[in-house]
Amino acid sequence: MTQAHVSVQTQDSAQARHNASATIAISLTVNGRAVSAVVEPRTLLVQFLREALDLTGTHVGCDTSQCGACVVHLDGEAVKSCTTLAVQADGRAVTTIEGLAQGTTLHPMQEAFREHHGLQCGFCTPGMIMSAVDLVARFGPGLDEPTIRDNLDGNLCRCTGYHNIVRAITAGAQAMGAPRDLAAE
Amino acid sequence: MSTATITPIGAAVRRKEDHRFITGKGRYTDDLDRPGQAYAYFLRSPFAHAAIRGLDIAAAKAMPGVVDILTGADLAADGIGDLICGWMIHSKDGSPMKMGSHPALAKDKVRYVGDHVAVVIAESLNAAKDAAAAIAVDYEELPAVADLAHAREGAQIHDCAPANTAFEWELGDKAATEAAFARAAHVTTIDLVNNRLAPNPMEPRAAIGDYDSGDEAYTLWTTSQNPHVARLVLSAFVGIAPEHKLRVIAPDVGGGFGSKIFIYAEETVCAWASRRVGRPVKWTSDRSEAFLSDAHGRDHRTHAELALDAEGKILGLRVHTRANMGAYLSTFASSIPTYLYATLLSGQYDIPAIYCEVDALYTTTAPVDAYRGAGRPEATFLVERIVEKAARELGQDSAQFRRRNFITAFPHQTPVIMNYDAGDYGAALDKALEFSDYAGFPVRQAEAARRGKLRGIGLSNYIEACGIAPSAAVGSLGAGVGLWESAEVRVNPTGNVEVLTGSHSHGQGHETTFAQLVSARLGIPIEQVSVVHGDTDKVQFGMGTYGSRSGAVGMSAISRALDKVEAKAKKIAAYMLEASEGDIEFKDGRFTVAGTDRSLAFAEVALNAYVAHKFPTSEIEPGLKEGAFYDPTNFTFPAGCHVCELEVDPLTGVTTIVNFTAVDDFGVVINPMIVEGQVHGGIAQGVGQALLEGVVYDADGQLVTGSYMDYTMPRAGDLPAFQVGMTQTRCPSNPLGIKGCGEAGAIAAPAAVINALTQALGTEEVPMPATPARVWEIIQARAARAAAE
Repeated sequence: MTQAHVSVQTQDSAQARHNASATIAISLTVNGRAVSAVVEPRTLLVQFLREALDLTGTHVGCDTSQCGACVVHLDGEAVKSCTTLAVQADGRAVTTIEGLAQGTTLHPMQEAFREHHGLQCGFCTPGMIMSAVDLVARFGPGLDEPTIRDNLDGNLCRCTGYHNIVRAITAGAQAMGAPRDLAAE
Repeated sequence: MSTATITPIGAAVRRKEDHRFITGKGRYTDDLDRPGQAYAYFLRSPFAHAAIRGLDIAAAKAMPGVVDILTGADLAADGIGDLICGWMIHSKDGSPMKMGSHPALAKDKVRYVGDHVAVVIAESLNAAKDAAAAIAVDYEELPAVADLAHAREGAQIHDCAPANTAFEWELGDKAATEAAFARAAHVTTIDLVNNRLAPNPMEPRAAIGDYDSGDEAYTLWTTSQNPHVARLVLSAFVGIAPEHKLRVIAPDVGGGFGSKIFIYAEETVCAWASRRVGRPVKWTSDRSEAFLSDAHGRDHRTHAELALDAEGKILGLRVHTRANMGAYLSTFASSIPTYLYATLLSGQYDIPAIYCEVDALYTTTAPVDAYRGAGRPEATFLVERIVEKAARELGQDSAQFRRRNFITAFPHQTPVIMNYDAGDYGAALDKALEFSDYAGFPVRQAEAARRGKLRGIGLSNYIEACGIAPSAAVGSLGAGVGLWESAEVRVNPTGNVEVLTGSHSHGQGHETTFAQLVSARLGIPIEQVSVVHGDTDKVQFGMGTYGSRSGAVGMSAISRALDKVEAKAKKIAAYMLEASEGDIEFKDGRFTVAGTDRSLAFAEVALNAYVAHKFPTSEIEPGLKEGAFYDPTNFTFPAGCHVCELEVDPLTGVTTIVNFTAVDDFGVVINPMIVEGQVHGGIAQGVGQALLEGVVYDADGQLVTGSYMDYTMPRAGDLPAFQVGMTQTRCPSNPLGIKGCGEAGAIAAPAAVINALTQALGTEEVPMPATPARVWEIIQARAARAAAE
């Protein structure tokens, strides 16, 4: 993949005057793309992704790190980007929901959520899918329903009652474990 | 498009809208930015009840990045009116409800923690927050009125409402009900609290107001379930702008459950302020603000009595409910504990006499309005709890007791307004008992007992009134609006179709289900149908989505528009085929001259409608676009039976639902996959109410449950996989036979869970939410009583 390079400023001038404290330069990879930016120390990773990079697929559903709508992968592991500072991602690789598909080919977990009606309003969905992929990485493609339910405790959904999310993750995990998909992972 | 498919009614078509959601391309209000936008932050009251003696914004206004700070005085100076409640209720004495003034920004008083005092508009959200902290407010604290049980005696919240009473309403025949009780062989009584809930759609509310001084017109992006109603209220009552100068757009909306029906202070202020400051103004709620200021649901205290004859036949029901309205009457608040509640108190049962009194009381808490089910969960919880208790008191089997009292002939006029048009309650009960292996419960209970677990099974035979609603009927009951729905079917020259609907999808899958209907009717692939909603500039008018109305009412409007499209296309086809119009048959997407092989594809006729070469335009107008306004002839009456089986660990008080069965009669089902998904989600919210969720205010009116660390949302591990089945009686009151499915789970589940839990624990006194701590206390108290005896 070609490495694009963008520089972004996360704050306007008025805010910069207001927060005269030091800013910090960071460089990271987001969805395979090299990104450099100057950020306030207090900038959250989710703010950086949504506001500076316009990657609005990552959502904010709460302010206490409970709901999981903001889950992204940091060096391949699920993190809540609402409780991760942008500066903590310096030198690391971030994958968001926008970076999960391979071109026009959906990730097996995305496909499974669609096939099994694992979403309704769609707001929790990016975080659910990112957590689901992480669950498979941690527990393997054969993970069972109790494991899914127990380990999905960091992701809230108000629409589905989780019934079809659990089915989707079960199917998505199996698809991820199938030989033809190993290469894609 | 090789995979193009005609999608029949009843097929589990995968959702068209999913692709954007699973790839992060959904467009929710907070995902949008307007050039030059500023950010709004609301200074909210820290007190439940206080007079504002002074408000000094000077220092705050001088802070870096502040664009402006606006208060209730500015709102008044611009002639912006109060937020309104759109459903008039009259008290027993004939007096109109006492609607306290509800300004979008407080004028001289605040009435709940989170009430809006001022708005700071700044270059960034952080700058706005910093400045808000510098606003000096001189509050004179007044006594909080946080407890519904003592609201009458509390400090008066609104000048117009003595004893904090909004209305004292009644429904039913009091004398007939008293006569039923006079001849009763047995009377079952119950006292219930229907716990207060926070709706909690995962997307917090948000709004962007954008005033265009060139056109003198506003655009408001907002997280609304009904953008046209929002525009109407903001225009006709609040006075932001004339309707034709106010465009309201509700883009992708991340769940609503009722809480996004209402017209709130924040979107009102964002629209108004965008003209004041000459820039777009954006506000996004954080979750803490959502807990404080989204309208809550439920919150009833009820005493009820059921009169029975010696055999267990119900003779009458008498109910007295106190309903918490919160600090202000929200947009539809007055209709919830009245016409959406007491009208369902007959349940599935033939009850000859019912009398219900409802006292609607103000408290210094957030406004209370519709939340999934809206009045009907409260009714079902009451009916199914008291019926269960009566069966137990009479020593009768719960299922048989219900069956004995079922309504079995339709139409059935209840004593509380509703005329049930169709149903088969016995069929749903039979299927639910079979699915749940009700007969095998005693064996499972004994096995659980050997493991030291308390096991219970509970039924809930719910009914709801959906497909809201016949306009004249609701008008006669006090509604300020009609509740029809609109649709427009635009056939393009190349034969693909746009459907414009006044319904709004915020998770319900309309882009799929509505397209499925069009695909089936016109015989064109579903890929060639787009559904347009949520924009007042695109859709002429509509009433939005709530009350399980989008299928029964919204799709009926589409069906009517499709009738007109087909009729016109037949006329055009007749000219093209040089046949008489009466000989044209339309089937599987082709217009055929009856008895011949001469036919045309739908797309050929569509093209010719626009080319207009082959028919006289003096007789038939060119084009193929038809609209319909459909007004339902009755409510619809989805009903069914939910069965909950659970186990309690007496050592910890933890309740585990081991099986949950739902059998529902939703009439005709367009897409069973989507319908089952609606049932799942509803059950989860109902189980949440029964076991986990409850909004708590302390005696000072401070919100104790203000975050996800304090308010227990159902998580995946709290719920089992659900068993969902259906029975079907066609709804005779709309052209598609649809009853609606969106609220059933939330209506049915609480009673099923609590009926199971009361059985497991051997006491009728189990409050919601039945948290482990409460269940453990009940078990301990019972053990202590047993030891004392």
